[in-house]
Amino acid sequence: MAPDASAKTAPALRTRLIRWDVIVTALLIVVFVGGSLGTPDFATSDNLSFALDDLSEIALIALPMTLLVVAAEVDLSVASVLGMSSALLGALWDAGWAIETIVPLLIVVGAAAGLVNGLLVTRLGLPSLAVTIGTMTLYRGLAYVLLGTKAVAEFPQNYADLATKTVPGTPIPYPFALFVVLALLTAAVLHATGAGRAIFAIGAQEEAAFFAGIRVKRIKLLLFVISGVVSAFAGVIYTLRYGSARADNGLGMELAVIAAVLLGGVDFDGGKGTLGGVVAGVLLIGLLRNLLMLHDVATEIQSIVTGLLLIVSVLTPRIVAAVREARRIPRGSLTASSST
Amino acid sequence: MLKRPMAAVALVAALAVGAAACGGTTKNSTAKDGGNAATSGKKADPNAPIKQNLKLAFLPKQVNNPYETIVDNAGIAAAKGFYAQAKEVGPSDASASSQISYLNTLIQQRQDAILIAANDPNAVCGPLKQAMSRKIAVVSYDSDAAKECRDVFINQASSEEIGRSEIKVMSDLIGGKGKIAILSATANATNQNTWIEFMKDELKKPEYSGIQLVKVAYGDDDDQKSFQQTQGLLQAYPDLKGIIAPTTVGIAAAARYVSSSKYKGKVEVSGLGTPNQMRKFVKDGTVHKFELWDPGNLGYLAAYAAAALVSGQITGAQGETFKAGKLGSRTIGKDGEVILGPPTVFDKSNIDNYHF
Repeated sequence: MAPDASAKTAPALRTRLIRWDVIVTALLIVVFVGGSLGTPDFATSDNLSFALDDLSEIALIALPMTLLVVAAEVDLSVASVLGMSSALLGALWDAGWAIETIVPLLIVVGAAAGLVNGLLVTRLGLPSLAVTIGTMTLYRGLAYVLLGTKAVAEFPQNYADLATKTVPGTPIPYPFALFVVLALLTAAVLHATGAGRAIFAIGAQEEAAFFAGIRVKRIKLLLFVISGVVSAFAGVIYTLRYGSARADNGLGMELAVIAAVLLGGVDFDGGKGTLGGVVAGVLLIGLLRNLLMLHDVATEIQSIVTGLLLIVSVLTPRIVAAVREARRIPRGSLTASSST
Repeated sequence: MLKRPMAAVALVAALAVGAAACGGTTKNSTAKDGGNAATSGKKADPNAPIKQNLKLAFLPKQVNNPYETIVDNAGIAAAKGFYAQAKEVGPSDASASSQISYLNTLIQQRQDAILIAANDPNAVCGPLKQAMSRKIAVVSYDSDAAKECRDVFINQASSEEIGRSEIKVMSDLIGGKGKIAILSATANATNQNTWIEFMKDELKKPEYSGIQLVKVAYGDDDDQKSFQQTQGLLQAYPDLKGIIAPTTVGIAAAARYVSSSKYKGKVEVSGLGTPNQMRKFVKDGTVHKFELWDPGNLGYLAAYAAAALVSGQITGAQGETFKAGKLGSRTIGKDGEVILGPPTVFDKSNIDNYHF
């Protein structure tokens, strides 16, 4: 029994090292160390807090997005919910509402936006890709109805500070600190609770999960609602951080979020992925972009680098799996022939 | 909680309503600060020499925009003239927030001056203030940032000057007599409406008493619609002498219609256009004169203003003057604005010298 177990750990360890989320984490460390050594302005607390602050909304929305993708769903309306939240914040603030009233209201609006997505997916059985492409346009349209093309500015300094200042004594901006807390919470739920296992089960085999007694529709609905709430709150952070409420805020951000989730090694077909990988993916995209910018690399090249990285991240696990499969077959046939 | 998602939603809603009942921070309860604190405490020395090896960075609304490229390249060339290193960096889209990370990077790189065409006057404000607090000079050009967030703004031309000069050009073209119409962009375009107000005011002067403005039409800055509006104007007013289109889309569409119609040679088309779009209409005789500021000079002046700020010749206060190379001496006006000057008039004789 004992030699058998040790024989099993070696390949298990190897599999673990080949896992994409581990590779991304390694890449992140390489980028960070390489950047610190080669670029004097990179590892300063100033620059790092800029880079982290810039990632706030993408990082926050990536958390519920990870849960959705693991459950084999996707929410493309997140950036539009962010924009709608920003526009409503601007419109109400302009109309003289108190910010303490507006923010809870936005959370409710975000929940409602997520609820619409969730109901369309779970009750009508529509594919989330199609539903959220629709609501992406719908919510962005509502944002323009609310605020038009104007911009609302001059938000109170104490709240703007919350969106831009760092936690005293650290280079970590408050929004990113919120992300750290929520990331720990999400990781705990996804990897250490029955609810997390249920999400994986739904993503791996929805029917099997249903027959195993998991309330598939309820869980999916809740995930969409959480996605809406987080996106709406990200809209508040975004607006205060830039000090400008506009209907086009966060345009196209859904792709950056999904890119980070995929780069983190979450399988787009559902059922596989780790939250740690996603956090590493988010940080990798952010720090790499920051590093390229410090070296005055043109935007086009930055997009190319991120794009290539993304393709590699989707391809590598599949290639590794294919190679492993190819190796297994001859070995299996060999033992079969020797035993006869 | 997983079992009762609706209960969770209801709870959040209840909390929201609860919070709504209390008062809080509103627009009216927050005091507005006066701004312009950045320039206080410094003193300008107009005779200070221009520092050498300055690092200047141009941050356009977006890269690969032909207009902005001309502005920035001219600025970069001007900077070489006073031994500064200048570069252009920027986002590929012109959304409000896309310039922020570039600003942060430029601050980290300790540039001496940042020259920005702001996509949103307020979104860029935070980082620009941070830059100024680190003694980085901030010059806005083409599109201004909020005035407390930059030292000076290089304005391509004053609205008044554009409006009045367009009437003057048209009056010259039609001999000071006859009916004219305006083909504008959208009905609520801020720039165009301001210019049109000055045009109307200019027309009140006695020397223009022979000119009658019959209609302001709106082509919505859409090529096809502007084309149709031109057609409509000429049908409604067959004795029309001239059309002023204070928009680059409108003027090109109007010129295209007139050049292929029986009105060619009878109706003058003028306004604001770029030499590249208008070249063939000038050559075929449809258009005799039109205007625009020279974007190259805009970049040139911005570069010199940045150098003057960093070298301490100016601080951004009204009334200070600095020398801007071939453009001569410039004075800072109200709200830290420096005006490039009267728009350039293009005609057959000079159009081939301009390529934008």
